[in-house]
Amino acid sequence: MRASRSGNILQHVDWPTIGMFLVLVIFGWMNIYGASYTYDQTSIFDFANRAGKQFVWILGALGLGGILLMIDYKTYDMLAYIAYGVMLALLLVTPFVAHDIKGSLSWISLGPVSLQPAEFAKCIVALAVAKYMSQYEYKVRSWRDLIIPFVLIGVPALIIMVLQKETGSALVFAAFLLVFYRQGMSGYVLLSGIAAVALFIISIRWGGTALPFGSGNVGILTCMLLLMIVEIFFVCRDHKMKYQPLILCGSVAVIYGIALIVNIWWTVPFGWLSVGIVGALAIYIVVVSLYFRKYALLIVAVFSLACVGYTQACDFVFNKVLQPHQRIRIEVLLGMKEDPAGAGYNVNQARIAIGSGRFLGKGYKNGTQTNMQFVPEQDTDFIFCTVGEEWGFVGSVAVLVVYLLFILRLFHIAERQKSIFTQIYAYSVASIFLFHLTINVGMVLGLLPIIGIPLPFFSYGGSSLWGFTLLLFILLRLDAARMEQLR
Amino acid sequence: MINDQFYRRRYIISGIAIGIVLIYIIRLFYLQVIDQSTQDQAEGNALVKQTIYPSRGLIYDRNGELLVFNQPIYEVTLVMREMKDDWDTTRFCQCLQITKADFDERLSEIKDRRKNRGYSPWTPQVFISQLKKEDIATLQEALFMFPGVQIQKRTLRDYTYNAAAQVLGSVGEVNQNDIDRDSYYARGDYSGRDGLERTYESALRGEKGVEILLRDSRGRIQGKYQEGKQDSAAQAGTDLYTTLDIQLQMLAEELLNGKIGSVVAIEPKTGEILALASSPTWNPKVLVGKERSKNYNLLLNDPTKPLLNRATQATYPPGSTFKTIQALVCLEQGAITSETLYPCSGPGSTPIKCTHHHGSPVALLKAIEQSCNPYFWCAFRDVLQKDGYGKNNEDFRKRYELWRNDVMAFGLGQKFTDSDISEQSAGSIPSTKMYDKYYGKTGWKAITIRSLSIGQGEIIATPLQLANQAAAIANEGYYITPHLNKNDSMLQHIHKLDIDKQYFEVVKEGMHRVMVYGTGRHFPIEGIETAGKTGTAQNPHGKDHAIFIGFAPIEDPQIAVAVVVENAGFGATWACPIASMVIEQYLTGEVKRKDLRKRIATSILNEGVKKW
Repeated sequence: MRASRSGNILQHVDWPTIGMFLVLVIFGWMNIYGASYTYDQTSIFDFANRAGKQFVWILGALGLGGILLMIDYKTYDMLAYIAYGVMLALLLVTPFVAHDIKGSLSWISLGPVSLQPAEFAKCIVALAVAKYMSQYEYKVRSWRDLIIPFVLIGVPALIIMVLQKETGSALVFAAFLLVFYRQGMSGYVLLSGIAAVALFIISIRWGGTALPFGSGNVGILTCMLLLMIVEIFFVCRDHKMKYQPLILCGSVAVIYGIALIVNIWWTVPFGWLSVGIVGALAIYIVVVSLYFRKYALLIVAVFSLACVGYTQACDFVFNKVLQPHQRIRIEVLLGMKEDPAGAGYNVNQARIAIGSGRFLGKGYKNGTQTNMQFVPEQDTDFIFCTVGEEWGFVGSVAVLVVYLLFILRLFHIAERQKSIFTQIYAYSVASIFLFHLTINVGMVLGLLPIIGIPLPFFSYGGSSLWGFTLLLFILLRLDAARMEQLR
Repeated sequence: MINDQFYRRRYIISGIAIGIVLIYIIRLFYLQVIDQSTQDQAEGNALVKQTIYPSRGLIYDRNGELLVFNQPIYEVTLVMREMKDDWDTTRFCQCLQITKADFDERLSEIKDRRKNRGYSPWTPQVFISQLKKEDIATLQEALFMFPGVQIQKRTLRDYTYNAAAQVLGSVGEVNQNDIDRDSYYARGDYSGRDGLERTYESALRGEKGVEILLRDSRGRIQGKYQEGKQDSAAQAGTDLYTTLDIQLQMLAEELLNGKIGSVVAIEPKTGEILALASSPTWNPKVLVGKERSKNYNLLLNDPTKPLLNRATQATYPPGSTFKTIQALVCLEQGAITSETLYPCSGPGSTPIKCTHHHGSPVALLKAIEQSCNPYFWCAFRDVLQKDGYGKNNEDFRKRYELWRNDVMAFGLGQKFTDSDISEQSAGSIPSTKMYDKYYGKTGWKAITIRSLSIGQGEIIATPLQLANQAAAIANEGYYITPHLNKNDSMLQHIHKLDIDKQYFEVVKEGMHRVMVYGTGRHFPIEGIETAGKTGTAQNPHGKDHAIFIGFAPIEDPQIAVAVVVENAGFGATWACPIASMVIEQYLTGEVKRKDLRKRIATSILNEGVKKW
């Protein structure tokens, strides 16, 4: 089919999305101005300050959006793999020509401006993944079908994390898990992910807390108890036997009871005892699955044993694999360390800035904490502080609600596609936005560790704004063509 | 999509998005609505409250002469966080004329939170205070070289006259108690420590102003918060007009030179204190500024105790001056009349000898004139024994109580609680209780307490009380609480005596005769009729104290005076001439008796007395 005339495009383009896009971009721009506002401040349009520069970036983004809408929708499908290859090459080259900016090797200087190729990688990976998964007869039937998609997101993520040292931008690729889930990946993968995070947090946070009785620590004991619950839940779900949950739970309780009594005379290593119980349950599950030919249960056994290993490894990962600054960020987040002058400074200052905004905020450009630069990175990663301080609870909630509506709108767009390519791409776009929102705002609110990724459309920066524009307007172009597409 | 088996997952995915946003909204609600702690932290971060110090109220005398004013001083403050590495410490020390060792010591003092509780590297800390303008001139020029250093203007007290140190009091740095008690004060502030400066502290100090500035994360000041809408200007303290006559005060201090003692002069009609001199004294300038604490310790350790305001705090037996009150109370209580005669056998009298030679028997006028001890003993005895002793001594004790009440009505034996004099002693007129305790209820009779009849024994009074007593006699039956603030509201504080006016006329005549024929006859003032009474208070520790009370002119008293010179012997010799010259100065504006003035002023009675 031929590309539609622009008149048609304007008819079919999803205007609510464009409306929300404009609201977010303009409000973000105002807040960049507000964040750096001082009394000798120049105009919002002055190129010498960040708001002025952002204005130029916004004009560029609008132009870019317009161009993207003009391009034939089939181009994106067609160029997806080529673009992916070019992108990989660019990502590989970047660290070697990049300037070191705060330890990150992800910026390329082009004359007066710097670009971050990683910001554009998301879009191209999304296109490639969409293209692969929309092949004729492709379906997620087993984990084998997901190998290629995982490679497609894993390679750029590794390059960005290892070579460019931009952990935040690399983590964004985890957003694709939601896309795979929508396309048929088992929900247990997501749950395992959540379980892994939970076990990690529990074993790190309480790993150093000794039990008030016996030997061992609270972290391990809690993790093992959780694993027992999981094991008992699955074995009882797949293998229905009378009183089975009662018998299993009772046995565990009896073992702990005996251990507590023995503990009066001899110190019982409760950590190892719990590991033993988890192992015994795993063996029981294996027996049950082989005997009753319920092989799916084997996965549960393997999973729980893997988790035992994992919890033992958490300490090692935490202390040896993670960078010291990452370790401190996590310790501060988990309340294991008070360090308001060092690693905790950002988080603490962000909390003060947002909290002092109270219900209605201090008023536009009146935020003392942001104007006086108490919050580092306040016009980029920590821009939400400015919103919190100057617009208060009301403004912050309004921004979050607009974002939510925006993301739900994207999900809605995804679901109305006939083309699987567009649907997958749409889910990718929505998931990436959701991921950015979650991580960025969660970090600013002190709920997640500090991971430096921008708040879409709000944070200052040309690369991220153009990257998100690219993501969104390709989707809008594909969506506008939904009526013309065959499959 | 058709036949999409995972169709329902769209709801789970949307649910995840909604769930996350919901959690964040709850967190925002906690941070911005529930948690109240962040507001103070935000203010502490970004707002610098700079105090603007008001100028302290000035102090004038009754004629509008300026007594106390302010001189500008400077303090150098620094903000530790702004001290850069390229700071030229040597140059800084040169500017302030201190050594590198001084500099280091001062810095470590500032950083020591035990000594400097409010220390913060972000706020200005006082490095050196109380510098004169010339001391900071060099630094002022080089100030741009030292980021973080500021020169802050403060004020110190200065004095026009070298007089009235105890009355005016002094201003010193506040201590932790003051800060805890009154939120007005902050570390490094000044407040009135004694005298009028203390009494009128809240009026004199004024109101501090505040300027709220915005500070950025590096501690640099970026401008005024909300364009100064929250700022407030400092309000200067209220000026204080005192009742003192500085010329009279200076004369009194001059005459007390080389002696330990005090002079109190009161305007009887108003209770206004015209002069309140205590010797030894000091130049009020020595308790100002850098030298204050050093000099204060010197004064504190001086064996002559200059810090004691003898005019209001020292107590003496009033001696013969008390006979004036004795006469009035005995007359009022009907124990004697002006015609009552008592015999006097001169130095052979019992139980109290007479110290003067005069005819016998004597009536009241002569008794006052000649200060006849036996007369007042007899009168006192007759007052107390008027109803006999009664069962268990009760009638006698009742009479004593009546006598005591009438005596205390003159302001004796108690502090002037409604006065604005901060340092006072109560003195004492012994109570029935006290004697009961000492002798038992039945163990004391008139003869036991005979010393009281002539103002000796357990009676003690301050010079202020003596002057007030003279004023009450001059007023013929009332006094107004003696005070230092020239403010008509004090006229309400009138204290009436329950003694008939006719008795005052007799006593006044007696006091007039003292000045014409009696012990005060050597120091007449040309053209002014005075009334007075000398006294010689026995002092178990040494030579007697010379005492005099009096007022003038007798027809329309303008001034009442009490003078005490410690260890000087007869009241007539030392106290009387001083009072006489004070009266002359006040009524005529000068002292014509130049030789007398010179003689008294240059007589050194106590070698230890120093004028600081």
